[in-house]
Amino acid sequence: MSAVPTPTPPLGPRGLLGGSGSRLPDLVFRGGTGVFAWVVVAILGLLLILLVLNSRQVFGQFGLSFVTGTDWDPVAGMYGALPFIIGTVASSLIAILLAAPIGILTAVFLAELASRRVAVPLTFAIELLAAIPSVVYGLWGVFVLGPVLKATVEAWLVGTLGWLPIFAGPPFGIGLFAAGVILTLMILPTVISISRDVISSVPNHQREAMLALGATRWEMITRAVLPFARSGIVGALILGLGRALGETMAVTMVIGNSQKIPQSIFDPSQTIASQIATTFNEAGVGLQTSALIALGLILLVITMTLNVIARLLVWRVAGPVTEAA
Amino acid sequence: MTAIAGPPQSIAARLTGSTVGRRRTIVDRVMRGLALAAAIICVIPLGAVLAFVIGNGISALNIDLLTKPPKALGLGGGALNAILGSLQMVPLAALLAVPIGVLGAVYVAEFGNRRSARIIRFSADVLVGVPSIIIGIFVFTFLVLPFKQFNAFAGSVALAVIMVPVIMRTTEESLHIVPNSLREASLALGVPVWRTVFSVVIRTGLSGILTGTMLAFARAMGETAPLLFTALGSRLINVGNFAKPMDALPVFIYVNARQPNELLNQQAWGAAFLLLAIVLIINVAVRARSWGRQIG
Repeated sequence: MSAVPTPTPPLGPRGLLGGSGSRLPDLVFRGGTGVFAWVVVAILGLLLILLVLNSRQVFGQFGLSFVTGTDWDPVAGMYGALPFIIGTVASSLIAILLAAPIGILTAVFLAELASRRVAVPLTFAIELLAAIPSVVYGLWGVFVLGPVLKATVEAWLVGTLGWLPIFAGPPFGIGLFAAGVILTLMILPTVISISRDVISSVPNHQREAMLALGATRWEMITRAVLPFARSGIVGALILGLGRALGETMAVTMVIGNSQKIPQSIFDPSQTIASQIATTFNEAGVGLQTSALIALGLILLVITMTLNVIARLLVWRVAGPVTEAA
Repeated sequence: MTAIAGPPQSIAARLTGSTVGRRRTIVDRVMRGLALAAAIICVIPLGAVLAFVIGNGISALNIDLLTKPPKALGLGGGALNAILGSLQMVPLAALLAVPIGVLGAVYVAEFGNRRSARIIRFSADVLVGVPSIIIGIFVFTFLVLPFKQFNAFAGSVALAVIMVPVIMRTTEESLHIVPNSLREASLALGVPVWRTVFSVVIRTGLSGILTGTMLAFARAMGETAPLLFTALGSRLINVGNFAKPMDALPVFIYVNARQPNELLNQQAWGAAFLLLAIVLIINVAVRARSWGRQIG
């Protein structure tokens, strides 16, 4: 995953090739590529239309109470999405709270402090972290991370902060907190690579001015570099948040799959994505499938909104980003 | 990376040695230490995941895993159904996605006017951010629901939807790097536009296009969520019948990891080892080149 500012097109749209070639094969070729390009727009449009059409039944029947309802009971024909919305938001919040300090500090380290010999391999390692398939994180999360968290961090948190209801035990090792930690690992590469690009794009005279005033390296970073890069870093965090909200397999495997509203961050829970993943195939065609597609639509709207906001924020600092691969 | 020859220690602190200066120096040192610590924290999980997948995976790896389909519940067998499934569905997905992605990018980079290019680019970016499970539902609604049959073709289409925007954006970037003089030279020789695109523009940008395609391929190889409601997974070997359910390595890992059965969990680790090996080898091979260029 890298966020490379797209270089200004040397010829740009409607450039050299766009204007020339009026022979038939060229016209056909140009039209043909246009068809392929618009396929992407068509996919996105079709995606929205099909999700809306297939969830109409549920929204028609339950209206807004689909979002605010707390019971999900296919047998009784009751569908309320609130437990999953809470599970999604809570696990992603844990992830972003952990990933923000670690990710920003690492980005600062890579962009401002590390020598090239350290930064390049480190960047490479972080890119590999992004390449590990979600299901492998899930497998590792269930059998390794969960038990370790239960014995260490969770036990300690319950011991020290257990009097607060949200930190109440018992720690299971499988639940919201484990999901949050796994999500942290999965969104760190996004947060780091985009923050690093944004920080690197801060003009040097900002740094030079600060250093010339006698500032230390760290003062230069916090007073000249980070304020300049702030909106881009916020964009990176939102992009990470969007990814956390939609992440499915690893979360499904470590969150415990309980349809109750969690009371403590150690409770088993369910996100929108994990609820879809675990129950979609059991749902006969009908209201339950429609309800699950409606859940998907809610998730899609949230993640798309966040993505658009994030991209606009990053653009302001570093120019257009591609978050491909 | 910006190289600034900053003073290792604040000038104020060095000149005066005052307590204020010393405090600032200490804060500076501590925070720089924390930044280093954060970077180290980021690398630990990579090491931990690799160590456990390799450790548990190698001990689960045997000839049965590679050559046999699963036996009846929990009695062993292998992951051949999943290996063959991945090796069929992902290439078909690439076959669908590469023409759309590459030619679409040609349009955006070479032909499209500013407005249409922006709309297409924006759609591709949005599509990259759509959670993969939603891609699964989307394909389910038009390739599974009407036929009342989970099928491998739907699985390939879902993976292709994930690959297309990635290939398109990386291709577009590598086309932008192709210098204009090459296009001018080709056109001046009277070469038609379509041949200029194939023999000059795409040829020149080929390594970037291949990089994007291989990374998209590796990503599709590891996707589970879009397959759950499309190809579904299967305990049987399915070669060539795209109208029927088919297994894939990630689905195999997911299903077996969730069984309360030691042997099946072991198989999940074995399959995870295979999957991670494939994905990381592609990633390292593709990225190593640019990595070498940066460090050298």
